[in-house]
Amino acid sequence: MIPPEFEYTAPESLEDALRALADGGEDAKVLAGGHSLLPLMKLRLAAPTLLVDLRKVPGLRGAQRENGQWRIGAMTRHVDLQDNADLGVVQKAASLIADQQVRNRGTIGGSIAHGDPASDLPTVFRALDGTVTIMAQGGGTREVAAADMFQDYLTTAVGPGEILTEIRLPAVDDWGWGYEKFNRRAEDWAMVGVVALVKKGADGSCEDVRIGLTHMASTPIRATAVENALRGQGLDGQSIASAAEQAAEGTDPPGDLNATPDYKRHLARVLTRRALEQAAGVSS
Amino acid sequence: MSATADTTTGGNSHVGRSLRRKEDPRLITGRSRYVDDISLPGTLYVAFVRSPEAHARIGSIDTSAAKARPGIVAVYTGEDMDAGGPMPVAWAPPGVTLNTPEHYPLAKGTVNHVGDPVAAVIGIDRYAVVDAAEDVLVDLEPLPVVMDMEEALKDEVVIHESLGTNKSHEWSLGGGDVEAGLREADVVVERRIVNHRVSGAAIEPRAVLAEYRAGNLTIWSSTQVPHFLRNIVAALLGISADRVRAIAPEVGGGFGSKLQIYGEEIFCAWAASKLNHPVKWVATRSDDMATMHHGRDQIAYVRMGAKRDGTITAFHTKIIADLGAYHMLLTPSIPSFGGFVMSGVYTFPAVQTDVIGVLTNKFPTDAIRGAGRPEATHMIEVTMDQMAAELGMDPLELRRKNFIPPHNEPHETVIGVVYDSGNHEGTLDKLMEHVDVAGFRQEQERLRSEGVHRGIGFCTYTEVCGVAPTRVFGPPGFGVQGGGWESGMVRVNTNGSVTVYTGTSPHGQGHETGFAQIVADRLGVDPQQVEVIHGDTATGPEGLDTYGSRTLAVGGEAVARAAEKVARKAKSIVAHQLEAAAEDIEVRGGKFQVKGSPDKAMSMAEIAGEAYVPLNLPEGMEPGLEEIAFYDPENFVFPFGAHACVVDVDPDTGKVKIVRYVAVDDCGPAINPLLIDGQVHGGVAQSIGQALYEQVVYDDQGQLVTGTFVDYALPTAAEMPSFETDRTETPSPTNTLGVKGVGEAGTIAATAAVTNAVIDALRPLGVGYIDMPLTPMRVWQAIHSDAGPRSTEQGRALDEHGGGAAGSGPTSPTEGGAQ
Repeated sequence: MIPPEFEYTAPESLEDALRALADGGEDAKVLAGGHSLLPLMKLRLAAPTLLVDLRKVPGLRGAQRENGQWRIGAMTRHVDLQDNADLGVVQKAASLIADQQVRNRGTIGGSIAHGDPASDLPTVFRALDGTVTIMAQGGGTREVAAADMFQDYLTTAVGPGEILTEIRLPAVDDWGWGYEKFNRRAEDWAMVGVVALVKKGADGSCEDVRIGLTHMASTPIRATAVENALRGQGLDGQSIASAAEQAAEGTDPPGDLNATPDYKRHLARVLTRRALEQAAGVSS
Repeated sequence: MSATADTTTGGNSHVGRSLRRKEDPRLITGRSRYVDDISLPGTLYVAFVRSPEAHARIGSIDTSAAKARPGIVAVYTGEDMDAGGPMPVAWAPPGVTLNTPEHYPLAKGTVNHVGDPVAAVIGIDRYAVVDAAEDVLVDLEPLPVVMDMEEALKDEVVIHESLGTNKSHEWSLGGGDVEAGLREADVVVERRIVNHRVSGAAIEPRAVLAEYRAGNLTIWSSTQVPHFLRNIVAALLGISADRVRAIAPEVGGGFGSKLQIYGEEIFCAWAASKLNHPVKWVATRSDDMATMHHGRDQIAYVRMGAKRDGTITAFHTKIIADLGAYHMLLTPSIPSFGGFVMSGVYTFPAVQTDVIGVLTNKFPTDAIRGAGRPEATHMIEVTMDQMAAELGMDPLELRRKNFIPPHNEPHETVIGVVYDSGNHEGTLDKLMEHVDVAGFRQEQERLRSEGVHRGIGFCTYTEVCGVAPTRVFGPPGFGVQGGGWESGMVRVNTNGSVTVYTGTSPHGQGHETGFAQIVADRLGVDPQQVEVIHGDTATGPEGLDTYGSRTLAVGGEAVARAAEKVARKAKSIVAHQLEAAAEDIEVRGGKFQVKGSPDKAMSMAEIAGEAYVPLNLPEGMEPGLEEIAFYDPENFVFPFGAHACVVDVDPDTGKVKIVRYVAVDDCGPAINPLLIDGQVHGGVAQSIGQALYEQVVYDDQGQLVTGTFVDYALPTAAEMPSFETDRTETPSPTNTLGVKGVGEAGTIAATAAVTNAVIDALRPLGVGYIDMPLTPMRVWQAIHSDAGPRSTEQGRALDEHGGGAAGSGPTSPTEGGAQ
């Protein structure tokens, strides 16, 4: 597995990293954990001419809670998230990414900027309605909401020459959550994954609900039909099962070796029910 | 039961102990040496230019751009190679004529599978050659592709023009009157059983380094078979075999896929002699997935007849075997190896195996761990469960009713294969000590009411290994063009330590530990003082390498015999020194002592001192203390066992989880139970891999879909249950150790146990049969198919019951196997 020739630099500031990217032109790529980019290079499916490694840039690693939200540096590794029980569904999802070796290297910023619809964290980010900070040439920043982040397969709002620096996620303390990831082997990407967040009203009914689907389209998506069906309803096995039946609506799941689109639609319904049951604390 | 060990070791009981592997410290600490760790000054590197087409005529090949790149020394095509082919088939089934296509290290004229090498780029830098390979422009004129083995048999598209057909050969083995047996049966079960294509997937990819210096060729290769490699390289390159040295250093797994002579090996040897530089090639994972031989890939049409009381009257199998695009070392023989055990552990009065070998535009199949016997065992044992269901009989009762009775002496099956010893009741009884079937059935019922579908499946197997008795397997017998013996050489060094040379060549089995235990007991030394040297054709005696679970039963026996010879000489020396009779000397407590007189004893160091400073040896005795033994077995050995698997199936998703796996195996008296457990664990894991996860998939144009471990779902520890193992010990009369091979047993047994368990779980959901791999989607589709339980009353046509239930062929798993 030998990649084509490339240049490599590991600048020590964001400013230098942005400059290196600009100098490197359109075939320069940001390197974070490298667990998506390097395999693509070794398979010669990607051939960047310059890798700008962010590992020496200070201030990009760690998760802090501030004013009801989590601020997570883009270079925070999955292993940091999987060890932080306060992060709830983020912790759970991070703990199920690939295997420990990958989690030791892979980063949340890399995962979200790469935008693989089969990955765990983009869907969590989408379900939580987080935002990211993107820094452009010259050091200007912009905020992008999760709904605007994922544009197509492996295409995100992070443009050429830009660097994703921070992810912000609301701390959903008063929400229940459920996470269902279906794969053949523990280390695989999700065949289908479901993030469910449920906020119960005082009467126990569903005050609000958010559901994110992994690998059911070319980007991570929300199961809005299920959300609409359940919002304002009572939370019991039957209401959840009935709402979950709509989990595949509006999806366009890619078929592959292990799953036809029909099978994936079926899995989305089953897993959505199970994730909602967890989130609502209801048994089937 | 270690009677053998007790009588021969005089209380130096290293044999039978779970000694930790002597190999492990260097492996675990990363201090071992693989081919890629070896670098010679001036080494050149190779990158192969491989066909992206599954079938095409080679037009022009433009190598000029590649040659012009810096650091590139040479670019060769098939037409440039003035030696090195066609590559040979080493084994052929007896009495058949093979249609064997010519197969060269670099393709000539046509390419016949994706990855067929058309050119090789050689340069001073391993990165530069990969870049330069992309600059070789190959004009390929695509030809029609045939991927489905049953389509290929129609010869509508003929792959090799010179053969005029895709049919490689036919072969049959039988005994008794199968048709009469089926006629007199009350029930006949017929199934179409697909055993899909798998990869050996050794963690160390192939690697070759060849050096030609002063008329001598040395080739290091990650291979199971250095002696074969030496002989075949010598023959193809026209070099005298005594001028060729093949070395297998540490080898990181083989699983049969390194029981092969690859074109890449031949090419590197040829190029090294051509360029007078060392030449190295190390495969990538993608190289190995595409161009390291695959295994299995058979469709079997089975028919089994039985009386209402469960007496099996006949078993017939027609096997169509997808051999891929070429014949490699053993390719056409693999399905026949299955034919030899088609009687299973039963007294079937009539058994017939008919094999049809077919060429397709896939990479060749060849030996993968078990090589034919896993497929045969799957056919027998799944069909036994299908028959039990048809008869409404307990599957274990059906087995017991047909078991070959316990035998310590050879038992001839109806097909003429002679089993050495066996006790199938015994292994099953032992299994039942671990598995409470009645209790399980109650629990199963209870769990079903809670929506959990749990199932149990069994496999009672035997297999043929310990390759091989020359008289049976050699040219006049089953068709080996060579012998089947093995050698062992035991040298007591001047300080009393021992060096053992074996002609077998390990790749993970633990030879160094097991052989050390055998020798230690016979020579009164500690196993840590016994070094085992292997894998080098220039050291030690001639040998025949490692495959077919032959290491212990053939190679270990040779080592034991050599050690006995050394012990006899040592006893003579001791007797002479201590003025006793040689027959009164015994090995006890780490010394050679006069029986009953522990104070009259000599250590091996002292004996070696006398042997190498020959001032006081018996009259006429040569100095020194080393002996060699060659051992050619009288028969194969037939390990056997009983396995049970418990699974939970999630009916909502189709996912199968293994809850328990219990293996009771009988490979004779244990030399080292820990090594046996290691082999059983690995074998069962590999077999579970095939049953639930792994499949080599090509699309209908011959593109390999499973080119990496992302798509080829090799399972990991996370997918495996904690294995439970136990043993019974029925000595083989074939060798003095009483041992039988165990390297392939787990792989042979487990697919049927897993499949039967899944079917047991699914029966209430209307699924009576399903083909591997039992992926979630395939299981889910089986549950949701309309076919319902399949009837198998006598007289129905095969496709009425088999139908889609038997699977849609190995190339299209997304279509599922059970709709």
